[in-house]
This record gives sequence, structure tokens and C-alpha cells, in this order.
Amino acid sequence: MDATLIGAIIHAILVASTPLVFAGLGALIQERAGVLNLGIEGLMIVGALAGFVVALSGQPLALSVVAAAGAGAALALIFAILVLRLEANPVATGLALTLFGLGVAALFGAQYVGASAPPVKAWSIPVLSDIPVLGRALFAHDPLVYGSVLLAIMLWWFLNKTRGGLILRAVGEDHDAAHAMGFSVIGVRFLAICLGGAMAGVGGAYLTLVQTPMFVEGMTAGRGWIALALVVFAAWRPLRVLLGAYLFGSVTILQLHSQALGISIAAQWLSMLPYLATVVALVVISARGVQGTSAPASLGKTFRVSR
Amino acid sequence: MKGFGTKAVALAAALVLAACSDNEQASAPEGSSDRVKAGFIYVGPVSDGGWTYEHNQGRLAVEAAFGDKVETTFVESVSEGPDAERVLSQMANDGADIIFTTSFGFMNPTVKVAEQFPNVKFEHATGFKRADNLATYSSRFYEGRHVLGLIAGQMTKTNTIGYIASFPIPEVVRGINAAYLAAKSVNPDVQFKIIWVSTWFDPGKEADAAKALIDQGADILMQHTDSPAAMQIAEQRGIFAFGQASDMAAHGPNAQLTSIIDDWAPYYIERVGAVIDGTWSSSDTWGGFNTGMVALAPYGAAVPDDVKAMAEEARIAISEGRLHPFTGPVNKQDGSPWLAAGETADDGTLLGMDFYVEGIEGSLPSGQ
Amino acid sequence: MLRFEPRAEVKWHHEWLAVAVALGLTAATVSAIFVLLGLDPASSLHRIVIRPLSSEYGISEWIAKATPLIIIGVALSLGFRAGVWNIGAEGQLVVGGLTGGAVALALYGISGWFVLPLVLLGGVLGGMVWASIPALFKVRFNASEILVSLMLTYVAILLLSVMVHGPLRDPDGFNFPESRLLHDAARLPRLFDAGRGHVGFIFALVFAVLGTWIVKRWHLGFSMKVSGLAPKAAEFAGYSRAHTVWIALLIGGALSGLAGVIEVTGNIGQLVPNISPSYGFTAIIVAFLARLHPLAVVPAGLLVALSYIAGEAAQLSLGIPGAMTQVFQGLLLFFLLGAAILVNYRLRWGGPH
Repeated sequence: MDATLIGAIIHAILVASTPLVFAGLGALIQERAGVLNLGIEGLMIVGALAGFVVALSGQPLALSVVAAAGAGAALALIFAILVLRLEANPVATGLALTLFGLGVAALFGAQYVGASAPPVKAWSIPVLSDIPVLGRALFAHDPLVYGSVLLAIMLWWFLNKTRGGLILRAVGEDHDAAHAMGFSVIGVRFLAICLGGAMAGVGGAYLTLVQTPMFVEGMTAGRGWIALALVVFAAWRPLRVLLGAYLFGSVTILQLHSQALGISIAAQWLSMLPYLATVVALVVISARGVQGTSAPASLGKTFRVSR
Repeated sequence: MKGFGTKAVALAAALVLAACSDNEQASAPEGSSDRVKAGFIYVGPVSDGGWTYEHNQGRLAVEAAFGDKVETTFVESVSEGPDAERVLSQMANDGADIIFTTSFGFMNPTVKVAEQFPNVKFEHATGFKRADNLATYSSRFYEGRHVLGLIAGQMTKTNTIGYIASFPIPEVVRGINAAYLAAKSVNPDVQFKIIWVSTWFDPGKEADAAKALIDQGADILMQHTDSPAAMQIAEQRGIFAFGQASDMAAHGPNAQLTSIIDDWAPYYIERVGAVIDGTWSSSDTWGGFNTGMVALAPYGAAVPDDVKAMAEEARIAISEGRLHPFTGPVNKQDGSPWLAAGETADDGTLLGMDFYVEGIEGSLPSGQ
Repeated sequence: MLRFEPRAEVKWHHEWLAVAVALGLTAATVSAIFVLLGLDPASSLHRIVIRPLSSEYGISEWIAKATPLIIIGVALSLGFRAGVWNIGAEGQLVVGGLTGGAVALALYGISGWFVLPLVLLGGVLGGMVWASIPALFKVRFNASEILVSLMLTYVAILLLSVMVHGPLRDPDGFNFPESRLLHDAARLPRLFDAGRGHVGFIFALVFAVLGTWIVKRWHLGFSMKVSGLAPKAAEFAGYSRAHTVWIALLIGGALSGLAGVIEVTGNIGQLVPNISPSYGFTAIIVAFLARLHPLAVVPAGLLVALSYIAGEAAQLSLGIPGAMTQVFQGLLLFFLLGAAILVNYRLRWGGPH
């Protein structure tokens, strides 16, 4: 395998992983606030449609991303009202949100069959992108790839280094104690859900803006579920979401390349590899007893003001 | 964002209007008319831009051709598992006169429901079980693949063709073999790289496969999956590709060399017409270029005139029955002889094809 | 101002009130959309909800659709009570269908009363084996069962695909990815003359009753519940968390596997690449709609099954796009889940007192 091919593979891995990074971080911020939202797939697909519609009308990338984030946040708001205000069961509500989101996106997206948006231009970082092999692999991407890495770092910083992050974690770990300290548990969770929805929306939009600039119903093809699994894999830590997404993306891309190189194994066995690799990696990490691998203590529990 | 808001409202309004116009004939009193009612069962959404989309175009063509004399209904995204039988029965109960089931996986449910409703005509696409009131139909897409192979073999500079495949069913294997034999006949050095993505429809994964093939040296892509993702990637990377099921030029104006188009309209019009006339009878149709069921999109600007001429010649020869894409001598991948010189493949072997021909690398996931 | 006030006492009819309100809201919303589309709401609703059920055939098919949802829903309601998050029932269903179907194919042509029990047992064991992987990893390595069971779902679907494309395909089937049709001795008996309603539904009802009994009476139910609510206290009281994880996942695997083989032997009659339209995931919704009461899973499963049938009828007789029926379904679930607040609270006008 020559160096150019390796560079191209790394480039493809980053592109394939980026939607998972955004969606995974979107799930993570909600879960750190104690909210389990299984509706990520639905949030992604409405983001994918909204971003695409705006891009198709010739608007700049930034506006498409804002639209995707807005659509994701708006759909997430339905979830927030149901779960936080009406105390609906979050697991079932999340699944219903997925159904609803897929339906809404399909309904309004049907008219875009056959439309192609112009692809997003890469932003090659000066100097760095001139490094042989790695330059093209790592530093000649569209802005959203850099954005996803930046978002992971910012989220890490927010959660661990800021007062806001401390409050958010407190709400997720022990909502009664957080309430007793005077924090608005419901308010924090509303914010986290909407922010998370926005991130998942951008994750979906990455598909329709960069990876395959078109919209077809159901095109998220289960990525929302993988994103949810990655949060568990990452033990609820932002930088590990990045790592998990790249691991999953690597195995996906490498199995495709191994086929093109002529490996003689039934394709379905190869297609299982990303899922198996994730399980194996999780088992190894968990078996080593790496500290802090447990979920936020209040995850998925309904908060009621004691009365 | 204001513009976007108004657009959304306009869009919603358009949608409501569209749905209304669709409903006019659907809400007409049932059973009261002597109109022939044709039902369609789709495996995907009508907006998939590929397989199901083309079947739905065929349905619309039936409406256009017969106007008031027919009424059509459809159910989309019917899973090929346990749900198919129920949807079929409901459709028959609802007074359908003829029902088209448009995916292989609907075969046994169609057989069963056809037994229960002897007065309803059934038409199953791509299957092989028939009855007095159950006909089968399919297209010889491999004829189109032959022409694609000829073009690809002559136009590749790297001698590497990338092929994105879905599942190792005979139809897909047949397409690979037909394209390979044709490409090989005009370019002995040609090589096929094949990636099986284990899905019919996942634009992201299809795009990843397309990139992998290009990065490994392919300069022309073929696909047997449903989304135009590979076409988009080809356009972005400045190489060529062939579309699948529909004309995909919108996704790759420079990249598309041509596209195999599934044109179900002539068949659907003929068969619904036969029900109207009372001349319908069960049959097995496997139509190719000659029936218009397989068509090619206009050749791309990049196709040189001599290649175009050769492709057209092949298309016409196949259409007139002078050329068969599987003509011997052809050996199987393991070197054992399959077709002797001048011998052409029989339909039975083609229908169940589960082997690669000699020269293709890699092994078939389900092959022996 | 409208506000919620906690009920002093929750009575059984409050549950029914919540469901009635949710159904009313759904009917009102759907009717409003029908009016916008220029349809007559009353007759349209009748066409999609009442008419599909107004025949023996309709009832029979309704039951057939609800059966796997109820069977899996019961198992999940027990597991979720114990805090064991088996998200991968779909994979266990697929493997159960595969192994049960493989047993049936291995016994092809053999008749006798023992064939069907062996086939069903094959499905149950297959599901249990698949569920024991997340159980083992959870107990031995503390690896999250959410991730492992979910990932194994994708693996299961691909495994079924390999098998029906290769070893298990019909020898006379022109190499298409389908097994041959199962012989009669391996098919589940029907309950009605019309439609596919089969004895699997009786199993479902039995499991719902059994599940309720486990929850209410049995020591196991209690220990599982404590273990789910307060793992530390449970361990202190001598209940082993490991046992709970094993039991919850094995029940889930066994019943999901059974649901899979029931689909294959009852509804489909052969192995195909898609044996489940996501029953394993839909059953999660069913379990929570029933608020994890095994008996309530029965009406919840029937309701969700009806929503699918109504969606098909809407496409068929009203010409409504499939996507819109999905939106209706989402709305129905939102209303059902949101209206549950009326069980514990009542609506009051005015400020807090």
C-alpha cells in the first residue's frame, strides 16, 4: 500500500466519522445532564433535510449549518416539553421522536428527489496541508471536520473547566441535590436537550452538505443509533466520543478497502466488523476497570420537585 | 432565515395541494365504478430516486394512458417480511383488479394471496413462480450492462473499473459478469474491483465505497445499489460513472457516461390495457432493449463518437436478437468451461447465476 | 392559568382517562389534517381504523401483527424494571428466527407432533445464546449491555443475511436469498379460518399473565425490582446484581427468540433476509406505553399494531403518503406518552394555592 493511498484512507475515515462525532456529542451533552434521548436518528434526519434545503437555495455553508442546528433543536424541543414538562417516559418518547422525525423529513423531503447541491469546498490549512501524506489526510478538509474536533474540545472544556459545566454535571449526577443547591434542573435540561438536538441536526446535515449532497428519505441509515452507542463506548467523555467515532469509521472504511484489494471473505462478515470492533474495544476498556466508566447517576430518571 | 420560513410555508401548502389532487380519485365511491383498479406494492418509498421511483413512474404512465378508465393505488415502503401478505390481501379486498408486486421478496406472499383471490390478477416482478392469475415480469438489465461494459472498457485509462454491489443475488452477479465480459472483449487488460456494501440503500456507505474504489485506482464506477451517491463522488473527483435505475445526470452532469433506466411504463400500460380489454392471461415476461423495458440515458459529452457508435451498434444488435451478451467461449472463474464457442447462455442458468466468469478476482460471498 | 396538581390518590380509572384523552387528541389532530386535505374526517377515520378490523380476517391479521410486540414487550417490561437495558431485542429476535428456522429446515419433511416444539425450542435457545453475550460481558467485564446488545443486533441481521444467501437458501430457488417454504409440521396452528392469527397470540397472553404474576408475587420479581431501583441496597439485602442481569437478559433473549421463530413459523413460513420490521425496537415503545406492567402490554401491543394497520389502510384507501402515516404514528405516541401525566396529576385552573 503506498503512502498516497494511506493518506486517502485517513481522509475518508475522517469524513465518514464526522456525522457520528456531531451526533455523539449531541447525545452526550444531553446524557451528562441526565437525559436519555433515543431520538438522535430523528434529530439527524430533520437536520439533514433543513441543511440541504438551505444549501440548495444557494446560501452559504454557515447558514445551512444554522438551519440544520435550528431544525434539530426545534424537534428536540418537542422531546423536552414531553419529557420535562409532562414527565413522559424518555425512552419511549425518544423512540417516538425517531419515528416522527423520519416521517416529517420524508414528507417534506419528497420533492427534492434528484436535486444535487454543490459540494462544500475544502479549507486547506496553509503550511500544514503541505506536509506529505498527512497534510492531505488531516488538513485538507471541509470546515465541518475541523468544527467537529473543535466542538469535542470545547465540550470537554465546558464540562470540566467551567461553572456551567459543573452545574450541568451536577444536574446529571444528582438532580435532587442540584435542586437543593438552587439550580433549575428543568432549565438546565431544556438547554442541554436543545443544544444536543442542534448538534445532532448538524451531524445529519454533514451527510447532505458534504458527504452526499442530496436528500433521500431514510438516508441517515441508523447512524443515530451508532452515535448513541458511541456515547456509552466513550464513557460519557467528549474526547473519547471522537476516538470512538474514528475507530468505528476506520473499521468501516478499511473493510471496504480490503474488498477492493480482493480479500475473499463474504462481504456480510466484513460488514459486521465495525460493530464487533466496538464491542471488543468496550470489553477491553471495561475489563481494565478504567475509572469513570459509569453513566451519570440520574440518567433517564424523571425529576420531580419534592413536595 | 425569513426567506426560509416562507419557503417552508409554501412547501407545506404545495404538499397539501398535491395530496388533495391525489385524493380526488381515491375518495371516489368504491366499487361503484366500472373502472379498472390497479394496485402497486412498493418495497421502498416512491421518493427513493431509483427502483421504486421508476415503478411509480410506470404507475403514473398507466394513469396518463388510460385516464378515466383506470384508478390506481399504491402502498410504499412495505417490508419484505411478514407485512407483505397483509397489505396484498387488503388491496385485493379493496377491489383491485390487478396488483403489481415490485420486489423479489414479495414472491411467496403474492403466490399465497393469488390463491385466495382467483378473480384478481397478480403480477410479480423478478420472481419465478406463476399461476393462472399470477404472471411474472422482469427486465434483462444485463443487456444494458453489456453496453456499459463496452464503454467502460474503452474509456478507462487505469484499466480499473470500480463496481459497487449490494447483495450476491443472481441479478447482481449477472450484471457484473455481463459488464466484465463486454469490457474484456474490447480491453484485455481491464480489471474489475468489486465492493459489496451489504445494503441496497445507504448513500453514505455507497459514497465511502466509491471513494475507496477511486483511491485504489478505479477511473470509472458502476453500481448496483440504489442511490446516486457514487455518481456525486465521481463528479467531485473528476472521473466517470454509470447511473442505476434512473437517469442520474443531475447528480453528475460531467461524470455520467450513460445510465441504465428501468422503464416499466410500456409493460404496465400493456398489462393494464389487457385487463381493460379482458385479454389478460398469465405469462412470463423477461424484456430487454427490444421491449423498451431496459433503456439507456443519453450518452454523456465525454463519450467519444467512435465509442458511442460501438455502444449504439451493440444496443441495436441486442435489441434485434443478433447479439447475446453471454456468448461462448466463456469459462467460469475456476477455469471450468461454461459456454462453448458460439453457444449462448440459457435463461435458466442466467436466472440462477451464482458464479463469476473467468478473469474476475475475488470470490462470491455465496458462491461455491 | 392552566397547571398540573398532584392527585392525592391515583385510581385505576385515571389510567383510562389518560388513554382516552390521548386517543381523543390523536383523533382530533388527524381529523384536522384530513379536513385540510379535503377529506371527510369521520368516514376517513372509519375507513382506516374501523373497517380493517371489521372482519374475521381483519381481527386475525391484527392479532398476528401484535403477537411479537406483546411477547417481546412482556420480556422487556420485566428487564427494564430490573434496570437491565436490553436494547437489542431485535437482534435476539432475528437470531431466534434464524436458529428456529434452521431447525425446521433440518427436519424438513419429517412430520410428527415433536417437530414444532423442537423448532420453537431452537428459536428460544438461539435468542438466549444471543442475549447471553451482553449478559456475560456485563457481569464479567462490566461492559454496558446497551452498547453490546445494540451492536449485536446489526451483527444478527448480517448473520441472517449470510445464511439465507448461502447455506440455508432454497436448493430449487434459483439461488435467490430465501429458504424453501417450511413444511406443515413446522408451521404454527392458526386460530381463525381467515388471516394469519396463530396460537402464538395465546402464548403472548399466557406470558403477560405469567409476567404479572412474577412482578406481583414472586420473590424474583421483587429482587429484580429492588436491584433495578437501588443496586447497592439490593446487594446488601443479599440479592445478586449478576443474577438479575443474567435473568433479565435471558428472559429477554428467550422471549425475543420465541417471537422470532413464531414470525418465521406462523406468519412468513420461510426464512428471508428481513424477518422483522423492527419489532424488537417497537416493543420497547410498547413496554413503556404499558408503563412496564406485563398485563398492560397486551392492549399497548394491540394499539401499536393497529396504528401500523391503519397506516397501510390510509395509504391504500385514502391515498395518503406513507411518510404522513409515520407522522400520525409519532403523534399518537406523543399524545399517549404525554397524557400519562393525567394519571398522577389533574388539570386545574388558577394559581397555586
